[in-house]
Amino acid sequence: MTKLIPDEAPRRREGRGFWRKVWAVLIKEFIQLKRDRVSFAMIIMIPLLQLLLFGYAINTTPRNLPTAVLLQENNDLTRAILAALQNTRYFKVTELPKTEAAMDRLLASGKVLFAVEIPANFERAVRRGDKPAMLVAADATDPVAAGSAISALGMAVQTALKHERAVPDSVQMPFEIRTHARYNPAGKTELNIVPGLVGTILTMTMLVFTALSVTREIERGTMETLLSMPITPVEIMLGKIIPYVFVGFIQATMIVLLGVFVFGVPILGSIWSLALLSTLFIASNLATGYSFSTVAQNQLQAMQMTLMYFLPNILLSGFMFPFAGMPVWAQWIGEAMPLTHYLRIVRAIMLKGSSISELQYDALALVVLTLVTMTIAVTRFRRTLD
Amino acid sequence: MSAPAVSQSGAEDIAIDVRHLTKTFDGRAVVRDLSMQVKRGTIYGFLGPNGSGKTTTIRMLCGLLTPDSGTGTCLGYDILTETEKIKSQIGYMTQRFSLYQDLSVRENLEFVGRIYGIEKPAAAARAAIERLGLSGREDQLAGELSGGWKQRLALGACTLPSPQLLLLDEPTAGVDPKARRDFWNEIHALAADGLTVLVSTHYMDEAERCHEIAYIAYGELLARGTVAEVIAASHLTTYTVSSNDSSVLARLTDELSSAPGIDMVAPFGASLHVSGRDKDALEAAVALYRGRKELDWKPSEASLEDVFIDLMSKAKDNFQ
Repeated sequence: MTKLIPDEAPRRREGRGFWRKVWAVLIKEFIQLKRDRVSFAMIIMIPLLQLLLFGYAINTTPRNLPTAVLLQENNDLTRAILAALQNTRYFKVTELPKTEAAMDRLLASGKVLFAVEIPANFERAVRRGDKPAMLVAADATDPVAAGSAISALGMAVQTALKHERAVPDSVQMPFEIRTHARYNPAGKTELNIVPGLVGTILTMTMLVFTALSVTREIERGTMETLLSMPITPVEIMLGKIIPYVFVGFIQATMIVLLGVFVFGVPILGSIWSLALLSTLFIASNLATGYSFSTVAQNQLQAMQMTLMYFLPNILLSGFMFPFAGMPVWAQWIGEAMPLTHYLRIVRAIMLKGSSISELQYDALALVVLTLVTMTIAVTRFRRTLD
Repeated sequence: MSAPAVSQSGAEDIAIDVRHLTKTFDGRAVVRDLSMQVKRGTIYGFLGPNGSGKTTTIRMLCGLLTPDSGTGTCLGYDILTETEKIKSQIGYMTQRFSLYQDLSVRENLEFVGRIYGIEKPAAAARAAIERLGLSGREDQLAGELSGGWKQRLALGACTLPSPQLLLLDEPTAGVDPKARRDFWNEIHALAADGLTVLVSTHYMDEAERCHEIAYIAYGELLARGTVAEVIAASHLTTYTVSSNDSSVLARLTDELSSAPGIDMVAPFGASLHVSGRDKDALEAAVALYRGRKELDWKPSEASLEDVFIDLMSKAKDNFQ
């Protein structure tokens, strides 16, 4: 016959044992995470995929931009300019329109992203030292690409002129480039994107992990056992959040390392400040996800809430559009989101070399938002099955 | 202890003492005005049809549900205000397996040990695996165990911290007879050492193994006491009628069922149990058949099942 209870009762520790219970849940969560291969793959794959996809889409050295060139005169010099454009490999001259109207149509339809017009009597004007104007029209919906292409254009044309000996070597820029950026006159620097990705990737993955943690226990029925045991909502919450702080930290490290070594993003500020504030941001997202989990009825609802939260985060945090350009009401929404503050922090530390004391407003905002969401989560957590 | 001393025999001897518990879900009363006392060291059987409020009552006892009204204590702690203390002293085995399916047997037991503050959770888990006969399966995931082993593990988990009170919600559902007998032998040994056990069940033979039973239907406690007391309190008069000819019995069943004074007819092999609440009316009804030679009438005692079926049909008349 088997025995259910030991002859001698096992000894129990004295006191509340707060951290001991947190530890118990933490170990359990780690084991479960280890067994869940899909989640495990997500930890590695989401940052990797996002970073590589976004990263290469924003490649700072565009290649083969489809370009139209309108030649109002045809001579050795203009042919040399055409060849020089091709040689930069920035441009790929795909069209040679005959009129300005035809050129505009090509640009509007998106067949070309770049249009260069060399006016009549260009060569004569250059030789006379009149500084004639080359007209350049760029589709600046992709401002990054347009910006670097325009500077490459200037260099290419000058090289061509020197090669044809149209001007003495001593003369710098014997022509002017009259740029006309269409569709999006303001351009932003590409370096913004990689630090921004640290924030968005962490928001997405951290939310998804904890948003499911409570609803999963309810759906699987394990919540009934958990609630019948001597453990409090705060202990459960911390036990469930802390493992993912580590996970988030690994992800953040991965993204930053890739950013530095693959995309050449600098870290001008202190790496320790970055680590500290990133940990705070991770905890904030975990608390948010966890509070969704206490509100949602099931895992599907929790996922839907996560998506609904994620969208304004992307749009209003300053990740995609400049924060300063948003209307005031949108800025207020943005201020209420951890991502907004973290984006300022991560960009400032990595790109401007700011210190924590310069970022205290945003750091404090993160602390407050984390505490508020944790309080909501603990009060919303149902201690009973009522 | 903040709970009022409601029992005469003193709180020391009473493990569960609840008064007038009521619980409503969406306007439907699942438990109505339920009062019960369970003495320490007894095995208390909790019986009743599906959906009668057994699980709800057990959940109120261990703090998983808050009663809408009523008061009570569990192990001397108030069930409304001291649930945390109650939880550290009880073991609750849920009706549906609710340990972590993606944790191994050992990991589940260690988790329970840590939550209850056991000094050496790993050693306690190892000892429990040994005791429960789960050796060799300790690294198997709980979700991959068969039904009987899952039940064994669940029992092991709720007894691991050596609680003073066990709340077992249909622990033997779907378990084979041998394992069931082992389980009951063990429960009796535990009760002899002072452990209190509240166990809900559908099986009559299990009810008869309990020191005391309570019968609950439609949220109301209809009978309680020892098995003998419950049968006596039912005031059922029962006859057993037997015959060698099964077709005679089959026809008789139909006739008796509609006869006035007869409340219940139940076939048991080559005989029928014929019961009535009113002794005189039953006697009168039976008298009409006494003359028939092929039938053999004997006065007998109502079985527990007779009593429960009768209680249930009475309750149905009252509540539906």
